[in-house]
Amino acid sequence: MKINKIKILMLPILMIVSTLVLTACGQTKSSSSQNQLTTIKNTHQMVWGVKADTKLFGLMNIKTSKIEGFDVDMAKEITKRIDPKAKPVFVQVTSQTRIPLLKNGNIQAIIATMTITKEREKIVDFSKSYFNAGQSLLVMKGSKIKNTKDLNKKGTVVLGTVGSNSVLNIKKVAPKAKVLQLQDYAQALTALKSGQGDALTTDNGILYGMSEQNPQTRVVGGTFTKEPYGVAIDKGQTDLKNSINKAIDEIQQDGTYRKLIKKWFSNVPGFDWRELLND
Amino acid sequence: MINILQNHLSEFISGFGITLLSSVIALVLSLVLGTIFAIMEVVPNKGARVIARIYIEIFRNIPLLVITMFFYVVVTKIFAMSGLTAGTIGLALYTSAFIAETVRAGILAVDSGQMEGARANGLTFWQAMQYIVLPQAFKIVIPPLGNQFINLVKNSSTLAFVAGFDLMYQGNEIASTTFDTINTYIVVGIFYLIITLPLSYYMRYLEKKLA
Repeated sequence: MKINKIKILMLPILMIVSTLVLTACGQTKSSSSQNQLTTIKNTHQMVWGVKADTKLFGLMNIKTSKIEGFDVDMAKEITKRIDPKAKPVFVQVTSQTRIPLLKNGNIQAIIATMTITKEREKIVDFSKSYFNAGQSLLVMKGSKIKNTKDLNKKGTVVLGTVGSNSVLNIKKVAPKAKVLQLQDYAQALTALKSGQGDALTTDNGILYGMSEQNPQTRVVGGTFTKEPYGVAIDKGQTDLKNSINKAIDEIQQDGTYRKLIKKWFSNVPGFDWRELLND
Repeated sequence: MINILQNHLSEFISGFGITLLSSVIALVLSLVLGTIFAIMEVVPNKGARVIARIYIEIFRNIPLLVITMFFYVVVTKIFAMSGLTAGTIGLALYTSAFIAETVRAGILAVDSGQMEGARANGLTFWQAMQYIVLPQAFKIVIPPLGNQFINLVKNSSTLAFVAGFDLMYQGNEIASTTFDTINTYIVVGIFYLIITLPLSYYMRYLEKKLA
Protein backbone atom coordinates (compact mmCIF):
# COMPACT_ATOMS: atom_id res chain seq x y z
CA MET A 1 0.00 0.00 0.00
CA LYS A 2 2.85 2.35 0.85
CA ILE A 3 4.41 1.82 -2.53
CA ASN A 4 1.10 2.67 -4.18
CA LYS A 5 0.90 5.95 -2.27
CA ILE A 6 4.41 6.90 -3.37
CA LYS A 7 3.46 6.14 -6.93
CA ILE A 8 0.41 8.38 -6.70
CA LEU A 9 2.56 11.18 -5.27
CA MET A 10 5.12 10.74 -8.01
CA LEU A 11 2.59 11.29 -10.77
CA PRO A 12 1.96 15.04 -10.26
CA ILE A 13 5.70 15.63 -9.72
CA LEU A 14 6.45 13.90 -12.97
CA MET A 15 3.80 15.98 -14.71
CA ILE A 16 5.27 19.23 -13.39
CA VAL A 17 8.78 18.22 -14.39
CA SER A 18 7.70 17.24 -17.88
CA THR A 19 5.75 20.47 -18.27
CA LEU A 20 8.87 22.44 -17.35
CA VAL A 21 10.99 20.44 -19.79
CA LEU A 22 8.50 20.92 -22.59
CA THR A 23 8.25 24.66 -21.91
CA ALA A 24 12.01 24.88 -22.11
CA CYS A 25 11.85 23.21 -25.50
CA GLY A 26 9.29 25.74 -26.61
CA GLN A 27 11.60 28.58 -25.63
CA THR A 28 14.51 27.28 -27.69
CA LYS A 29 12.17 26.87 -30.61
CA SER A 30 11.01 30.45 -30.46
CA SER A 31 14.66 31.53 -30.73
CA SER A 32 14.70 30.11 -34.22
CA SER A 33 12.32 32.86 -35.28
CA GLN A 34 14.90 35.46 -34.27
CA ASN A 35 17.11 36.99 -36.90
CA GLN A 36 19.62 34.22 -37.52
CA LEU A 37 22.11 36.58 -39.14
CA THR A 38 22.42 38.60 -35.93
CA THR A 39 22.71 35.39 -33.92
CA ILE A 40 25.58 34.23 -36.12
CA LYS A 41 27.36 37.55 -35.81
CA ASN A 42 26.86 37.64 -32.02
CA THR A 43 27.84 34.04 -31.25
CA HIS A 44 30.51 33.80 -33.97
CA GLN A 45 29.33 30.41 -35.04
CA MET A 46 27.12 29.11 -37.81
CA VAL A 47 25.48 25.70 -37.48
CA TRP A 48 25.20 23.74 -40.75
CA GLY A 49 23.40 20.51 -41.51
CA VAL A 50 25.53 18.36 -43.83
CA LYS A 51 25.42 14.81 -45.16
CA ALA A 52 28.00 12.40 -43.80
CA ASP A 53 27.37 9.43 -46.06
CA THR A 54 27.63 10.89 -49.57
CA LYS A 55 30.96 10.57 -51.31
CA LEU A 56 32.40 13.84 -52.68
CA PHE A 57 29.71 16.00 -51.04
CA GLY A 58 29.80 15.11 -47.37
CA LEU A 59 31.50 11.98 -46.10
CA MET A 60 32.75 11.15 -42.62
CA ASN A 61 36.51 10.58 -42.67
CA ILE A 62 36.95 7.70 -40.23
CA LYS A 63 40.61 8.57 -39.50
CA THR A 64 40.04 12.20 -38.52
CA SER A 65 36.33 11.79 -37.60
CA LYS A 66 35.62 14.98 -39.54
CA ILE A 67 33.06 15.36 -42.30
CA GLU A 68 34.68 16.23 -45.63
CA GLY A 69 33.31 17.09 -49.04
CA PHE A 70 32.29 19.76 -51.51
CA ASP A 71 29.22 20.77 -49.47
CA VAL A 72 31.37 21.09 -46.33
CA ASP A 73 33.96 23.26 -48.07
CA MET A 74 31.23 25.46 -49.53
CA ALA A 75 29.76 25.87 -46.04
CA LYS A 76 33.17 26.91 -44.68
CA GLU A 77 33.62 29.51 -47.43
CA ILE A 78 30.11 30.91 -47.00
CA THR A 79 30.53 31.18 -43.22
CA LYS A 80 33.85 33.00 -43.68
CA ARG A 81 32.19 35.54 -45.95
CA ILE A 82 29.20 36.16 -43.71
CA ASP A 83 31.31 36.77 -40.60
CA PRO A 84 35.11 36.45 -40.80
CA LYS A 85 35.29 35.60 -37.10
CA ALA A 86 32.60 32.92 -37.19
CA LYS A 87 33.35 29.22 -37.01
CA PRO A 88 31.21 26.71 -38.93
CA VAL A 89 29.75 23.88 -36.85
CA PHE A 90 28.67 20.73 -38.69
CA VAL A 91 25.70 18.59 -37.72
CA GLN A 92 25.14 15.31 -39.52
CA VAL A 93 21.76 15.11 -41.29
CA THR A 94 19.96 12.72 -43.64
CA SER A 95 17.33 13.46 -46.27
CA GLN A 96 14.65 12.62 -43.71
CA THR A 97 16.00 14.63 -40.76
CA ARG A 98 17.30 17.82 -42.39
CA ILE A 99 14.05 19.80 -42.65
CA PRO A 100 12.78 18.94 -39.13
CA LEU A 101 16.17 19.90 -37.65
CA LEU A 102 16.13 23.23 -39.50
CA LYS A 103 12.55 23.97 -38.49
CA ASN A 104 13.35 23.10 -34.88
CA GLY A 105 16.27 25.52 -34.78
CA ASN A 106 18.95 22.85 -34.21
CA ILE A 107 20.70 23.95 -37.38
CA GLN A 108 20.72 27.34 -39.12
CA ALA A 109 21.25 26.22 -42.71
CA ILE A 110 21.24 23.02 -44.76
CA ILE A 111 23.86 22.29 -47.38
CA ALA A 112 23.28 18.59 -48.01
CA THR A 113 22.83 17.70 -51.71
CA MET A 114 19.39 19.28 -51.48
CA THR A 115 17.58 19.88 -54.75
CA ILE A 116 15.55 23.08 -55.02
CA THR A 117 11.95 21.95 -55.64
CA LYS A 118 8.60 23.71 -55.54
CA GLU A 119 7.27 21.41 -52.83
CA ARG A 120 10.23 22.17 -50.57
CA GLU A 121 10.01 25.91 -51.25
CA LYS A 122 6.64 25.87 -49.48
CA ILE A 123 8.35 24.88 -46.22
CA VAL A 124 11.85 26.39 -46.42
CA ASP A 125 13.65 29.15 -48.31
CA PHE A 126 16.43 28.38 -50.75
CA SER A 127 19.51 30.35 -51.69
CA LYS A 128 20.54 30.52 -55.33
CA SER A 129 21.81 27.25 -56.74
CA TYR A 130 25.44 26.44 -55.92
CA PHE A 131 25.73 23.19 -57.88
CA ASN A 132 24.13 22.05 -61.13
CA ALA A 133 23.05 18.55 -60.31
CA GLY A 134 21.02 16.47 -62.71
CA GLN A 135 20.41 12.93 -63.77
CA SER A 136 23.23 11.33 -65.72
CA LEU A 137 24.51 7.96 -66.91
CA LEU A 138 27.27 5.68 -65.64
CA VAL A 139 28.70 3.13 -68.08
CA MET A 140 31.66 0.76 -68.19
CA LYS A 141 34.87 2.11 -69.71
CA GLY A 142 34.81 1.61 -73.48
CA SER A 143 31.03 1.36 -73.69
CA LYS A 144 29.37 2.41 -76.94
CA ILE A 145 26.77 4.40 -75.04
CA LYS A 146 27.66 8.08 -74.99
CA ASN A 147 24.29 9.71 -74.16
CA THR A 148 20.61 9.00 -73.67
CA LYS A 149 20.03 8.81 -77.46
CA ASP A 150 22.25 5.73 -77.63
CA LEU A 151 20.11 4.19 -74.92
CA ASN A 152 16.83 4.61 -76.76
CA LYS A 153 17.14 1.38 -78.73
CA LYS A 154 15.57 -2.01 -78.39
CA GLY A 155 17.77 -4.39 -76.43
CA THR A 156 19.58 -1.86 -74.27
CA VAL A 157 19.20 -2.31 -70.54
CA VAL A 158 19.26 0.54 -68.01
CA LEU A 159 19.74 -0.07 -64.29
CA GLY A 160 18.13 1.99 -61.55
CA THR A 161 16.80 1.63 -58.03
CA VAL A 162 13.23 0.71 -57.10
CA GLY A 163 10.87 3.64 -56.74
CA SER A 164 13.36 6.38 -57.62
CA ASN A 165 12.44 9.39 -59.70
CA SER A 166 15.38 8.71 -61.98
CA VAL A 167 13.72 5.50 -63.17
CA LEU A 168 10.56 7.38 -64.14
CA ASN A 169 12.67 10.01 -65.94
CA ILE A 170 14.65 7.50 -67.97
CA LYS A 171 11.43 5.80 -69.09
CA LYS A 172 10.36 9.13 -70.60
CA VAL A 173 13.74 9.94 -72.17
CA ALA A 174 14.48 6.47 -73.52
CA PRO A 175 11.16 4.62 -73.83
CA LYS A 176 12.59 1.81 -75.95
CA ALA A 177 15.19 0.74 -73.40
CA LYS A 178 14.42 -1.93 -70.82
CA VAL A 179 14.68 -0.69 -67.24
CA LEU A 180 15.79 -3.05 -64.46
CA GLN A 181 15.06 -1.79 -60.94
CA LEU A 182 17.37 -3.08 -58.22
CA GLN A 183 17.15 -2.67 -54.48
CA ASP A 184 19.89 -0.06 -53.88
CA TYR A 185 22.83 1.74 -55.52
CA ALA A 186 25.40 -0.83 -54.40
CA GLN A 187 23.41 -3.62 -56.03
CA ALA A 188 22.80 -1.60 -59.18
CA LEU A 189 26.54 -0.86 -59.47
CA THR A 190 27.38 -4.55 -58.95
CA ALA A 191 24.88 -5.47 -61.66
CA LEU A 192 26.47 -2.93 -64.04
CA LYS A 193 29.93 -4.32 -63.37
CA SER A 194 28.78 -7.90 -64.02
CA GLY A 195 27.26 -6.87 -67.33
CA GLN A 196 23.58 -7.15 -66.41
CA GLY A 197 22.92 -3.69 -67.85
CA ASP A 198 24.41 -1.18 -70.28
CA ALA A 199 24.09 1.91 -68.09
CA LEU A 200 23.19 2.96 -64.56
CA THR A 201 21.18 6.13 -64.02
CA THR A 202 20.76 8.50 -61.06
CA ASP A 203 21.98 11.95 -59.91
CA ASN A 204 25.37 12.89 -61.37
CA GLY A 205 26.83 13.63 -57.92
CA ILE A 206 26.25 10.05 -56.77
CA LEU A 207 27.60 8.71 -60.07
CA TYR A 208 30.82 10.77 -59.77
CA GLY A 209 31.40 9.22 -56.35
CA MET A 210 30.83 5.71 -57.75
CA SER A 211 33.12 6.40 -60.68
CA GLU A 212 35.94 7.68 -58.48
CA GLN A 213 35.83 4.49 -56.42
CA ASN A 214 35.49 2.27 -59.49
CA PRO A 215 37.96 3.51 -62.11
CA GLN A 216 36.64 1.11 -64.75
CA THR A 217 33.38 3.08 -64.94
CA ARG A 218 32.65 6.41 -66.65
CA VAL A 219 30.00 9.13 -66.27
CA VAL A 220 28.83 10.08 -69.77
CA GLY A 221 26.37 12.30 -71.64
CA GLY A 222 26.13 15.20 -69.19
CA THR A 223 22.86 15.76 -67.35
CA PHE A 224 19.44 15.31 -68.93
CA THR A 225 17.36 16.67 -66.04
CA LYS A 226 17.94 19.79 -63.99
CA GLU A 227 18.19 19.37 -60.26
CA PRO A 228 20.04 22.39 -58.88
CA TYR A 229 21.32 22.10 -55.32
CA GLY A 230 20.69 25.05 -52.98
CA VAL A 231 21.32 26.08 -49.40
CA ALA A 232 18.10 25.83 -47.37
CA ILE A 233 17.24 28.23 -44.54
CA ASP A 234 14.15 28.71 -42.44
CA LYS A 235 11.30 30.81 -43.80
CA GLY A 236 11.50 34.49 -42.95
CA GLN A 237 15.28 34.65 -42.62
CA THR A 238 15.63 37.10 -45.51
CA ASP A 239 18.77 38.75 -44.11
CA LEU A 240 20.56 35.43 -43.84
CA LYS A 241 19.35 34.38 -47.29
CA ASN A 242 20.64 37.59 -48.87
CA SER A 243 24.04 37.28 -47.25
CA ILE A 244 24.32 33.62 -48.31
CA ASN A 245 23.46 34.59 -51.88
CA LYS A 246 26.05 37.35 -51.74
CA ALA A 247 28.63 34.89 -50.40
CA ILE A 248 27.89 32.38 -53.18
CA ASP A 249 28.32 35.17 -55.78
CA GLU A 250 31.66 36.13 -54.29
CA ILE A 251 32.83 32.52 -54.15
CA GLN A 252 31.98 32.05 -57.81
CA GLN A 253 33.57 35.35 -58.91
CA ASP A 254 36.88 35.23 -57.04
CA GLY A 255 37.83 31.77 -58.31
CA THR A 256 37.23 29.89 -55.06
CA TYR A 257 34.37 27.96 -56.66
CA ARG A 258 36.61 26.81 -59.50
CA LYS A 259 39.22 25.74 -56.95
CA LEU A 260 36.70 23.72 -54.93
CA ILE A 261 35.17 22.05 -57.99
CA LYS A 262 38.67 21.10 -59.12
CA LYS A 263 39.54 19.80 -55.66
CA TRP A 264 36.58 17.46 -55.45
CA PHE A 265 35.73 16.49 -59.03
CA SER A 266 39.05 16.42 -60.89
CA ASN A 267 39.79 12.86 -59.69
CA VAL A 268 36.67 11.40 -61.30
CA PRO A 269 38.13 9.22 -64.07
CA GLY A 270 37.37 10.25 -67.66
CA PHE A 271 35.36 13.27 -66.58
CA ASP A 272 36.22 16.90 -67.29
CA TRP A 273 35.46 18.79 -64.09
CA ARG A 274 35.26 22.05 -66.07
CA GLU A 275 31.84 20.90 -67.35
CA LEU A 276 30.50 21.72 -63.89
CA LEU A 277 31.53 25.37 -64.22
CA ASN A 278 29.26 26.08 -67.19
CA ASP A 279 25.82 27.21 -66.28
CA MET B 1 -7.89 -2.88 -54.25
CA ILE B 2 -10.08 -3.32 -57.34
CA ASN B 3 -8.61 -0.06 -58.69
CA ILE B 4 -5.04 -1.28 -58.30
CA LEU B 5 -5.96 -4.53 -60.02
CA GLN B 6 -7.75 -2.79 -62.89
CA ASN B 7 -5.06 -0.17 -63.50
CA HIS B 8 -2.15 -2.58 -63.37
CA LEU B 9 -3.75 -5.80 -64.59
CA SER B 10 -1.22 -6.33 -67.39
CA GLU B 11 1.75 -5.92 -65.02
CA PHE B 12 0.21 -8.32 -62.50
CA ILE B 13 -0.58 -10.88 -65.20
CA SER B 14 2.90 -10.74 -66.70
CA GLY B 15 4.45 -11.02 -63.24
CA PHE B 16 2.15 -13.93 -62.46
CA GLY B 17 3.21 -15.64 -65.70
CA ILE B 18 6.91 -15.23 -64.92
CA THR B 19 6.45 -16.53 -61.36
CA LEU B 20 4.50 -19.54 -62.69
CA LEU B 21 7.08 -20.23 -65.42
CA SER B 22 10.03 -19.95 -63.07
CA SER B 23 8.29 -22.12 -60.44
CA VAL B 24 7.42 -24.90 -62.89
CA ILE B 25 10.94 -25.04 -64.37
CA ALA B 26 12.54 -24.95 -60.91
CA LEU B 27 10.10 -27.60 -59.64
CA VAL B 28 10.91 -30.09 -62.41
CA LEU B 29 14.67 -29.39 -62.20
CA SER B 30 14.80 -29.64 -58.42
CA LEU B 31 12.78 -32.87 -58.38
CA VAL B 32 15.14 -34.51 -60.91
CA LEU B 33 18.32 -33.20 -59.21
CA GLY B 34 16.98 -33.97 -55.74
CA THR B 35 16.15 -37.58 -56.66
CA ILE B 36 19.58 -38.10 -58.27
CA PHE B 37 21.40 -36.81 -55.18
CA ALA B 38 19.11 -38.80 -52.84
CA ILE B 39 20.03 -42.02 -54.67
CA MET B 40 23.71 -41.03 -54.64
CA GLU B 41 23.45 -40.78 -50.87
CA VAL B 42 22.29 -44.39 -50.48
CA VAL B 43 24.38 -46.21 -53.11
CA PRO B 44 27.17 -48.46 -51.78
CA ASN B 45 29.81 -46.25 -53.52
CA LYS B 46 31.58 -44.02 -50.98
CA GLY B 47 32.74 -41.41 -53.54
CA ALA B 48 29.17 -40.80 -54.74
CA ARG B 49 27.98 -40.45 -51.14
CA VAL B 50 30.64 -37.84 -50.36
CA ILE B 51 29.83 -35.79 -53.48
CA ALA B 52 26.13 -35.86 -52.69
CA ARG B 53 26.73 -34.80 -49.07
CA ILE B 54 28.92 -31.86 -50.11
CA TYR B 55 26.35 -30.70 -52.67
CA ILE B 56 23.45 -30.97 -50.24
CA GLU B 57 25.24 -29.29 -47.33
CA ILE B 58 26.37 -26.37 -49.51
CA PHE B 59 23.01 -25.57 -51.06
CA ARG B 60 20.94 -26.38 -47.98
CA ASN B 61 22.95 -24.12 -45.69
CA ILE B 62 23.39 -20.96 -47.80
CA PRO B 63 20.52 -18.46 -48.01
CA LEU B 64 18.66 -18.63 -51.32
CA LEU B 65 19.30 -14.94 -51.95
CA VAL B 66 23.07 -15.46 -51.75
CA ILE B 67 22.95 -18.35 -54.23
CA THR B 68 20.79 -16.28 -56.60
CA MET B 69 23.04 -13.21 -56.33
CA PHE B 70 26.08 -15.45 -56.98
CA PHE B 71 24.60 -16.57 -60.29
CA TYR B 72 23.39 -13.04 -61.14
CA VAL B 73 26.68 -11.20 -60.60
CA VAL B 74 29.47 -13.82 -60.70
CA VAL B 75 28.46 -16.70 -62.96
CA THR B 76 27.00 -14.24 -65.47
CA LYS B 77 30.52 -13.07 -66.33
CA ILE B 78 31.20 -16.54 -67.80
CA PHE B 79 27.70 -17.48 -68.98
CA ALA B 80 25.63 -14.35 -69.52
CA MET B 81 22.24 -14.84 -67.88
CA SER B 82 19.25 -12.66 -67.03
CA GLY B 83 17.80 -12.21 -63.58
CA LEU B 84 15.05 -14.69 -64.45
CA THR B 85 17.56 -17.41 -65.40
CA ALA B 86 19.81 -16.73 -62.40
CA GLY B 87 16.81 -16.75 -60.06
CA THR B 88 15.36 -19.96 -61.47
CA ILE B 89 18.70 -21.79 -61.30
CA GLY B 90 19.24 -20.60 -57.73
CA LEU B 91 15.73 -21.70 -56.80
CA ALA B 92 16.19 -25.13 -58.40
CA LEU B 93 19.56 -25.83 -56.73
CA TYR B 94 18.42 -24.58 -53.32
CA THR B 95 15.20 -26.62 -53.34
CA SER B 96 16.92 -29.72 -54.78
CA ALA B 97 19.07 -29.99 -51.63
CA PHE B 98 15.93 -30.14 -49.48
CA ILE B 99 14.19 -32.53 -51.84
CA ALA B 100 17.27 -34.82 -51.82
CA GLU B 101 17.10 -35.05 -48.04
CA THR B 102 13.33 -35.67 -48.16
CA VAL B 103 13.58 -38.42 -50.79
CA ARG B 104 16.55 -40.00 -48.98
CA ALA B 105 14.40 -40.21 -45.85
CA GLY B 106 11.72 -41.89 -47.97
CA ILE B 107 14.16 -44.43 -49.39
CA LEU B 108 15.46 -45.26 -45.92
CA ALA B 109 11.89 -45.63 -44.65
CA VAL B 110 11.24 -48.44 -47.13
CA ASP B 111 11.96 -51.69 -45.33
CA SER B 112 15.39 -53.07 -46.21
CA GLY B 113 13.73 -56.44 -46.85
CA GLN B 114 12.26 -54.94 -50.05
CA MET B 115 15.68 -54.33 -51.55
CA GLU B 116 17.00 -57.67 -50.32
CA GLY B 117 14.00 -59.51 -51.69
CA ALA B 118 14.30 -57.83 -55.07
CA ARG B 119 18.01 -58.60 -55.29
CA ALA B 120 17.36 -62.24 -54.26
CA ASN B 121 14.89 -62.49 -57.15
CA GLY B 122 17.64 -61.52 -59.61
CA LEU B 123 17.05 -57.79 -60.08
CA THR B 124 20.13 -55.56 -60.25
CA PHE B 125 20.58 -52.74 -57.69
CA TRP B 126 19.31 -50.13 -60.19
CA GLN B 127 16.35 -52.23 -61.26
CA ALA B 128 15.40 -52.83 -57.64
CA MET B 129 15.71 -49.08 -56.99
CA GLN B 130 13.63 -48.13 -60.00
CA TYR B 131 10.80 -50.69 -59.72
CA ILE B 132 10.62 -51.59 -56.05
CA VAL B 133 12.15 -49.01 -53.69
CA LEU B 134 11.58 -45.59 -55.34
CA PRO B 135 7.84 -46.02 -56.02
CA GLN B 136 7.28 -46.90 -52.38
CA ALA B 137 9.60 -44.13 -51.20
CA PHE B 138 7.78 -41.43 -53.20
CA LYS B 139 4.45 -42.54 -51.79
CA ILE B 140 5.81 -41.99 -48.28
CA VAL B 141 7.30 -38.57 -48.99
CA ILE B 142 4.37 -36.96 -50.79
CA PRO B 143 3.33 -34.76 -47.83
CA PRO B 144 6.84 -33.32 -47.17
CA LEU B 145 7.41 -32.97 -50.93
CA GLY B 146 4.23 -30.89 -51.12
CA ASN B 147 5.71 -28.59 -48.48
CA GLN B 148 8.87 -28.19 -50.54
CA PHE B 149 6.91 -27.35 -53.70
CA ILE B 150 4.83 -24.73 -51.91
CA ASN B 151 7.98 -23.23 -50.40
CA LEU B 152 9.52 -23.17 -53.85
CA VAL B 153 6.66 -21.12 -55.30
CA LYS B 154 6.88 -18.62 -52.44
CA ASN B 155 10.69 -18.49 -52.57
CA SER B 156 10.46 -17.50 -56.23
CA SER B 157 9.88 -13.98 -54.87
CA THR B 158 13.69 -13.69 -54.60
CA LEU B 159 13.58 -13.08 -58.35
CA ALA B 160 12.50 -9.55 -57.47
CA PHE B 161 15.97 -8.87 -56.05
CA VAL B 162 17.69 -9.65 -59.33
CA ALA B 163 15.13 -7.84 -61.51
CA GLY B 164 13.45 -11.05 -62.65
CA PHE B 165 10.15 -9.28 -63.50
CA ASP B 166 8.19 -11.75 -61.39
CA LEU B 167 5.05 -11.06 -59.34
CA MET B 168 6.98 -9.58 -56.41
CA TYR B 169 9.06 -7.31 -58.68
CA GLN B 170 5.91 -5.97 -60.35
CA GLY B 171 4.35 -5.55 -56.90
CA ASN B 172 7.33 -3.53 -55.65
CA GLU B 173 7.21 -1.32 -58.72
CA ILE B 174 3.46 -0.73 -58.54
CA ALA B 175 3.66 -0.02 -54.79
CA SER B 176 6.46 2.49 -55.26
CA THR B 177 4.72 4.38 -58.08
CA THR B 178 1.15 4.40 -56.72
CA PHE B 179 2.13 4.60 -52.99
CA ASP B 180 -0.83 2.26 -52.40
CA THR B 181 1.42 -0.25 -50.67
CA ILE B 182 -1.12 -2.23 -48.65
CA ASN B 183 -3.57 -2.93 -51.45
CA THR B 184 -0.79 -3.77 -53.90
CA TYR B 185 0.68 -6.41 -51.64
CA ILE B 186 -2.78 -7.83 -50.87
CA VAL B 187 -3.26 -8.36 -54.62
CA VAL B 188 0.23 -9.89 -54.86
CA GLY B 189 -0.65 -12.25 -52.00
CA ILE B 190 -3.86 -13.32 -53.75
CA PHE B 191 -1.95 -14.09 -56.95
CA TYR B 192 0.47 -16.30 -54.99
CA LEU B 193 -2.51 -18.10 -53.46
CA ILE B 194 -3.82 -18.81 -56.98
CA ILE B 195 -0.69 -20.91 -57.54
CA THR B 196 -0.12 -22.40 -54.09
CA LEU B 197 -3.67 -23.34 -53.06
CA PRO B 198 -4.38 -25.68 -56.02
CA LEU B 199 -0.88 -27.12 -55.59
CA SER B 200 -1.61 -27.76 -51.94
CA TYR B 201 -4.93 -29.47 -52.73
CA TYR B 202 -3.41 -31.52 -55.54
CA MET B 203 -0.73 -32.88 -53.19
CA ARG B 204 -3.44 -33.77 -50.66
CA TYR B 205 -5.41 -35.54 -53.40
CA LEU B 206 -2.33 -37.52 -54.45
CA GLU B 207 -1.70 -38.48 -50.86
CA LYS B 208 -5.25 -39.86 -50.49
CA LYS B 209 -5.25 -41.58 -53.84
CA LEU B 210 -1.94 -43.38 -53.33
CA ALA B 211 -2.29 -44.15 -49.63
